Amino acid sequence: MAEKSHKITMLEAITQAMAWELEHDDSVVVFGEDVGANGGVFRATDGLQKRFGEERVFDTPLAEAMIAGLCVGAAAQGLKPVGEIQFSGFMYPAVDQLVSHASRLRTRTRGRLTCPMVLRAPSGGGIHAPEHHSESMEAMYAHIPGLKVVMPSSPRRAYGLLLAAIRDPDPVVFLEPKRIYRITKQDVPDDGEALPLETCFVLREGSDVTLVSWGAMMHETLKTANELANEGIDCEVIDAACLKPLDMETILESVERTGRLVIVAEEPRSCGVGAEIAAEVAEKALFSLRAPIERVSGYDTVMPLFRLEYEYLPSVSRIKAAVKRSMEAE
Amino acid sequence: MKTQARFEIKYEQLLDAEGKPCVKQLPAFARDPEEMVKMYQAMSLTRAFDTRAIALQRTGKLGTYASCLGHEAAHVGVGAAMQEGDVLCPSYREYGAQFWRGVKPEEILLYWGGDERGNDFSGPRHDFPWCVPIATQTMYGAGAALAFKTRKEKRAVVAMLGDGGTSEGAFYEALNSAGAFQLPIVFVSVNNKWAISVPLSKQTRAETLAQKAIAAGIEGIQVDGNDIVAVRKVAEDALKRAREGKGPTLIEALTYRLSDHTTADDARRYRPNEEVEAARSVEPLVRTRKYLESLKAWDEKKQKALDAENKASIEASVKTYLDTPRQPVGAMFDYMYAELPELLREQREEAERMEGEAHG
Repeated sequence: MAEKSHKITMLEAITQAMAWELEHDDSVVVFGEDVGANGGVFRATDGLQKRFGEERVFDTPLAEAMIAGLCVGAAAQGLKPVGEIQFSGFMYPAVDQLVSHASRLRTRTRGRLTCPMVLRAPSGGGIHAPEHHSESMEAMYAHIPGLKVVMPSSPRRAYGLLLAAIRDPDPVVFLEPKRIYRITKQDVPDDGEALPLETCFVLREGSDVTLVSWGAMMHETLKTANELANEGIDCEVIDAACLKPLDMETILESVERTGRLVIVAEEPRSCGVGAEIAAEVAEKALFSLRAPIERVSGYDTVMPLFRLEYEYLPSVSRIKAAVKRSMEAE
Repeated sequence: MKTQARFEIKYEQLLDAEGKPCVKQLPAFARDPEEMVKMYQAMSLTRAFDTRAIALQRTGKLGTYASCLGHEAAHVGVGAAMQEGDVLCPSYREYGAQFWRGVKPEEILLYWGGDERGNDFSGPRHDFPWCVPIATQTMYGAGAALAFKTRKEKRAVVAMLGDGGTSEGAFYEALNSAGAFQLPIVFVSVNNKWAISVPLSKQTRAETLAQKAIAAGIEGIQVDGNDIVAVRKVAEDALKRAREGKGPTLIEALTYRLSDHTTADDARRYRPNEEVEAARSVEPLVRTRKYLESLKAWDEKKQKALDAENKASIEASVKTYLDTPRQPVGAMFDYMYAELPELLREQREEAERMEGEAHG
């Protein structure tokens, strides 16, 4: 098979993944608000309706809970629905279907009915959007037993992880950090090769300190690591990518080597995914730690409107300060 | 000012409270004594099951149980209208519909007895299990209907809910989307007048629940929910339209909850006994039996035989239920995901290590 390879954005990689699955699996359908003729407000479904027809790619009425409900019912009866919630800030009505049904259908029917669905939503801040468009509530979904929660951070990983999410036999919440939809381009071979879920990706190897992040914050984290390299601090950088179920093995292995852990995330701090990682490391690798675990995160405040949003989002200087605190702790 | 739209809601009754036909000719199934006897037997079995289940709860052998007393015609009638390939999305008391479709009494007992295996029932394997969060089944029911429409299958979905459920946002969203997509789904609101302690008059100002279909642009009809002939006829017609791609229907089946909401409820706290007694006089089994007697298809001897048969079969189900050992602790983890993630594997090991150490 001839493989097309070209530099594309993460957004285009997401479109490419859906197109691949629509092309290769008749049971895949894509729906949501404005995903048809308009191709989605961010253009994630651009051209899909034209290519695959209105029966497989279509607009729904403006009802987010319903989008999730349609996913649950269709998935239980043999389709592989990919629902789009326009912004993760509008996803809360859909949480009922996720908690009450999607996440537990397999368990409560002893595997008789299952729910292979994906609910995609642009997430996170940093694009000067209106109110309710910038929160990072991934921990809410990661708290729900039975769901999988994925957050990609590059075009290639977005492609491979979305393919995996659509093919996964269980429900996946796929949160797309919209700030980085278009900021970088990568070669993304359209080869249908999925990446594994429940796997962290080591993006940079290092020996002094482990930095764990996910989503848009990977960019600040990697930038910090590169800058600190000039100052003689060798950072290992891990993209958690799949927040539920979390691959703690990779993180623990790294922390056991470096003895230092800095967690970087956009989410509010309390009860976050970062808190979960910190707790796991405290339980399983406490005696490997040479410094207290550091968290650089959003604050436990209401996400500010956009004039202050970059004060809320972790910055390179905040991450750097945390790494230095960690390095100086001994 | 001009009038943009008007509406009317039809009400269907085919057998009156005395079991007398209200129309010149009843539907073919109702003129077939064998079929009517089968429906009456299913209603009787449901009633006997309900009585036994409450007794089990009262003696500590079953968890909280939602009775279906008085709903037998609405539930069996809908079940009988469905085809094997259709999908039932029940709420949590439609035993009559489930028995008709092949779910076994012991499976229902297992569920209310606190065991997920009750939802792994032998009825149609594609039917949904119980749905406790009110009206949310209307949403995934529409999703199931979407699957049939997408694959161009001649199948339909029945999503059942109560009267209180029609106040939920989920219900309106489901009705509206089912209309917009012209999905093959029939919503059946079994209006038993009470949502736990809240009477219908406090639930809505609408004269009927069926008229809620009008705003969604779909068919809405009221039916005497104690009249199994009318329920089955109306549901059959709606399902036929749905399978033919002619869109969804909302059926409001008027009945009365003769029992408490569940075994955890005491309806004497909030509703007058006279109201219950009045409803009891028009309950569904009596009129069906009277109709069967008028067909010379039923008599006291047959009734006695049926009662004995129901008792024996339900006792056998109760025994099967009570003899079913609880699942091992690992069962909590078995179906969380297709493949158990590493962190859950650790938790599973902990649970298994501590099995039996739990309090209670």
